[in-house]
Amino acid sequence: MSLLDWNPEDFSEIPYAFYSDDEIYRRELKRVFLGKTWNFLALECEIPNAGDYKTATVGEVPVVAVRDEAGAVNAMVNRCAHRGNLVCIDEAGNAERLTCVYHNWTYDLRGNLASIAFEKGIRGKGGMAEDFDRSRRGLPRLRVETYRGLVFGTFSADAPPLSDYLGPEMRANIDRVLGREMEILGKFQHGLDGNWKLYIENVRDTYHATLLHSFFPTFGLNRLSMKGGIEFSDGGLHHLTYSIGATDRPESQYNARDLRAVKDGYALNAPELLETWPEYACGTTLAIQSIFPNFSVQQVSNVVTVRLLLPKGPDKSVLIWWILGAVEDTPEQRAMRLRQANLIGPGGYIAMEDGAVVGWVRRGVAGAEEESSVLAMGGRGVERESDSRCNELSVRGFWQGWHAMMRDPAA
Amino acid sequence: MSGVTALPARIDALNRLYGHAIDDGDYERWPEFFAEDALYKITTRWNYDRAMPAGLMLCQGRAMMEDRVSALRTANVYEPHHYRHLIDPPVVTDESGSAISATAGFAVYRTMQSGVPEIFCTGKYVDRIVEADGGLKFGERIVVCDGERIDTMIVIPL
Ligand code: FES
Ligand SMILES: [Fe+2]
Repeated sequence: MSLLDWNPEDFSEIPYAFYSDDEIYRRELKRVFLGKTWNFLALECEIPNAGDYKTATVGEVPVVAVRDEAGAVNAMVNRCAHRGNLVCIDEAGNAERLTCVYHNWTYDLRGNLASIAFEKGIRGKGGMAEDFDRSRRGLPRLRVETYRGLVFGTFSADAPPLSDYLGPEMRANIDRVLGREMEILGKFQHGLDGNWKLYIENVRDTYHATLLHSFFPTFGLNRLSMKGGIEFSDGGLHHLTYSIGATDRPESQYNARDLRAVKDGYALNAPELLETWPEYACGTTLAIQSIFPNFSVQQVSNVVTVRLLLPKGPDKSVLIWWILGAVEDTPEQRAMRLRQANLIGPGGYIAMEDGAVVGWVRRGVAGAEEESSVLAMGGRGVERESDSRCNELSVRGFWQGWHAMMRDPAA
Repeated sequence: MSGVTALPARIDALNRLYGHAIDDGDYERWPEFFAEDALYKITTRWNYDRAMPAGLMLCQGRAMMEDRVSALRTANVYEPHHYRHLIDPPVVTDESGSAISATAGFAVYRTMQSGVPEIFCTGKYVDRIVEADGGLKFGERIVVCDGERIDTMIVIPL
């Protein structure tokens, strides 16, 4: 049986071959990334003015997001209609027209082919074939929609509107975290030594958090009594894990004055690294959200990031992440965000292991194409039974959504 | 002391000792190259050129650097690996004020469990250097990586 025919009863055992198989990877590029999914392209604040453009990638397809004269954001394939050259070579910029440097074909900010060098030839000689129709040779356009400053695009004519695709549970968290004017405090890339799904599983895996990452327990930074939960969009495609700090004192989750080491000599010398302020009225101290297939919004204390994971072949991927702050931040709040950013990213105190584990699993499953993982924590189904975070429900939810798209291009 | 040995040579010596301490795994010595309230930050050229304030590591003061070292020793989980720093001779960009501004290019090779050294990072140090305790210390060291991408993870400072 081909891997492409995989049709399990539930999603509690995943063939390891899915992390390395080339046929699976090719189908993912077509059916998941170019299928009925919305793919994150850019932040609106990266292209604020008419003519601003920024390149992006959907699956492996080069794309450019552009703001036009009317203020709308358009997205087109960044591939010249002539002979396939990249139209925008710079990662970002501003232009009145997008010009391909190879033979100077130009496109307007909506992707229409505006001019062709020597279209009529030189002194009546040469020129494009009579039957060539410029209007039919623009840059292929994506549908584009924005939500709370996030620009998404899809190649699918049938994908539901973005707002329905996200659903009310996911929109509520995006509203909460990004529902104000935000600005970029930094943008970094993280190279991962494994299949893109290994990282997505990690984002959705609430089981590992206190087991793999031992920074907080080592330094005796036990969080005050917390309440938490998991939310799903309808059908389980997207997920949100969250924690709420002690409701009586939401500000004191990691209040530096309250920190006590378990053992002598294991205290932080500079606990101000963890100083926070109660940014959200609901007291949410942690919110990890994944939007299918490869986008994530994360709030860790006062650190806000959005992350996009790009597949780079069956066994490599690259994470691009933006650290955000609110334009209205006071200098003190801004300083706290920047210090707390030490928690996250490839050098993050509570995150550096996530990048490493992707590579370790890739190495671990080498030669195990016939075998499968076990995702049976919290049962085998995708129906929510409890709010416990000791659960692999959201990872199974990912595979369910992935499977539906891989099986049926019209899913 | 200063005046006897030329300033660039003294900074060069400081950089070499710094690189050797890290490459030898002597991480506890790393904060000692800094003044008490020094700033240490790892960023990338893209972020540095746009004056983006966030970093991949940000230590405000030696105490935060010491915490990086104790987390590396006791808390964080990673496969054993080590670095090799190759640091260019420094260029002194300003010595008119109380602190000296200097910069030096570097390459860091990383050897993971595969046993093969690979280029992990190239970039430049952008430093403010002060006289303290009878020697030179970094008052500020901004590590500007040429690439935007950190491979797998970073736990040892650059
Ligand atoms: S490839 Fe773009 S103009 Fe020829
Ligand atoms: Fe994690």
